[in-house]
Amino acid sequence: MKYLSEYRDPAMARALVTEIRRSATRRWVLMEVCGGQTHTIVKQGLDELLGESIEMVHGPGCPVCVTPLEQIDKALALAARPDVIFTSFGDMLRVPGSDCDLLQIRARGGAVRIVYSPLDALELARKNPDKQVVFFAVGFETTAPANAMAVWRARELGVENFSVLVSHVTVPPAMTALLEAPDNRVQGFLAAGHVCTIMGWTEYEPIAAKYRVPIVVTGFEPLDILEGMLLAVRQLEEGRHEVENQYVRAVRRDGNQPAQDLVTRVFELVDRNWRGIGPIPRSGLGIREEFAEFDAERRFSLDQIRTAEPTMCRAGDVLRGVLKPFDCPAFGALCTPEHPLGAPMVSSEGACAAYYNYGRFRAGSAV
Amino acid sequence: MCLGIPGRIVEVRQSEGLPMGVVDFGGVRREVCLSYVADEIKVGDYAIVHVGFAISKVDEAEAKRTFDVLREMSQLDELEWLKDLAP
Repeated sequence: MKYLSEYRDPAMARALVTEIRRSATRRWVLMEVCGGQTHTIVKQGLDELLGESIEMVHGPGCPVCVTPLEQIDKALALAARPDVIFTSFGDMLRVPGSDCDLLQIRARGGAVRIVYSPLDALELARKNPDKQVVFFAVGFETTAPANAMAVWRARELGVENFSVLVSHVTVPPAMTALLEAPDNRVQGFLAAGHVCTIMGWTEYEPIAAKYRVPIVVTGFEPLDILEGMLLAVRQLEEGRHEVENQYVRAVRRDGNQPAQDLVTRVFELVDRNWRGIGPIPRSGLGIREEFAEFDAERRFSLDQIRTAEPTMCRAGDVLRGVLKPFDCPAFGALCTPEHPLGAPMVSSEGACAAYYNYGRFRAGSAV
Repeated sequence: MCLGIPGRIVEVRQSEGLPMGVVDFGGVRREVCLSYVADEIKVGDYAIVHVGFAISKVDEAEAKRTFDVLREMSQLDELEWLKDLAP
């Protein structure tokens, strides 16, 4: 077993599709809250194979897409400083800020470097003691332990020229916000498997119970996603609303305790603005006072940020699952992956980019 | 963003007090932080790796069980298809 190719078998996928269609007596609306799953669903056309049995709505599962504009603008301001080497995961570089993006800052001479791991950014700081190295710490719960470790190690190793610009978000408060919305249509969720490798699934139990929605912790390969859908449909058909784990090979109920411990030592829950959605109480992570010296927002004065979002972009409605990307008037014409107006058109995990790249220009139009 | 890839641990060591190791992803090898799985992992195990950190050990028995259930379902389905085709 390599734990990858086995979960892409076409014959097994066909069997799961047949079983889902057989199980569903009506059309159910499910939401995935993970950009990686969105990408697989659209790329493989899994939702279209299911015909009338399931409508998949794509939730705010792409941290790149929901990073608030003011944090992007702060990143741009930092990256433009001559004393700063600005480091980031690659997918943040083309996210549009109010005026430009990180790639344009680099073209104008700013030191912007892509790193694979936050520990690489820390290493860069040790090798460049005469520069300030700032790392753009974005992501869901999956990425928080890695970013927490970079801060922890910076203090441990005394790396004074390292800091992080934090824009961490957490999944359960966003799910709750969607369920509370009066126009919510979602009847069941696929929960993101890798978020749950860290956090487990105990946080989802009260949500499933209160809103009477099935929540299935689901992996990323096509067979994982189809099995997650099947488990959710069976629950809906039987009137159950439980948290179920499809991704058994990687997720335990209590998650990864050492990772949770370090995240809790470095970060604390804060209110966070989600791009396109708005503020959600206690839905983000910020740096604890104890580690304030490594907070880029406190190290550099960044208060004078004024943001401007393009009015045509309907990213917020797409992220909440109210609109499909092709319902946006800018989609595919004014807004393309080459010239994105909104973040969901930038990241390969954004719903707009996935629809554009796989030819979904109207309902059922995959080519 | 939360992309995690399963890889096989081929080397485990300490680097300035931090558990690190080398992970093989189908022939491509990378240096990975093992701090969050240090208590449960050994050379030869598979782990899910995200942004240079092993975040979860792959449970081989559970992986096989899931796979067997899916395969059984597809074999049953093949039988159904054959039945449909039968005159």
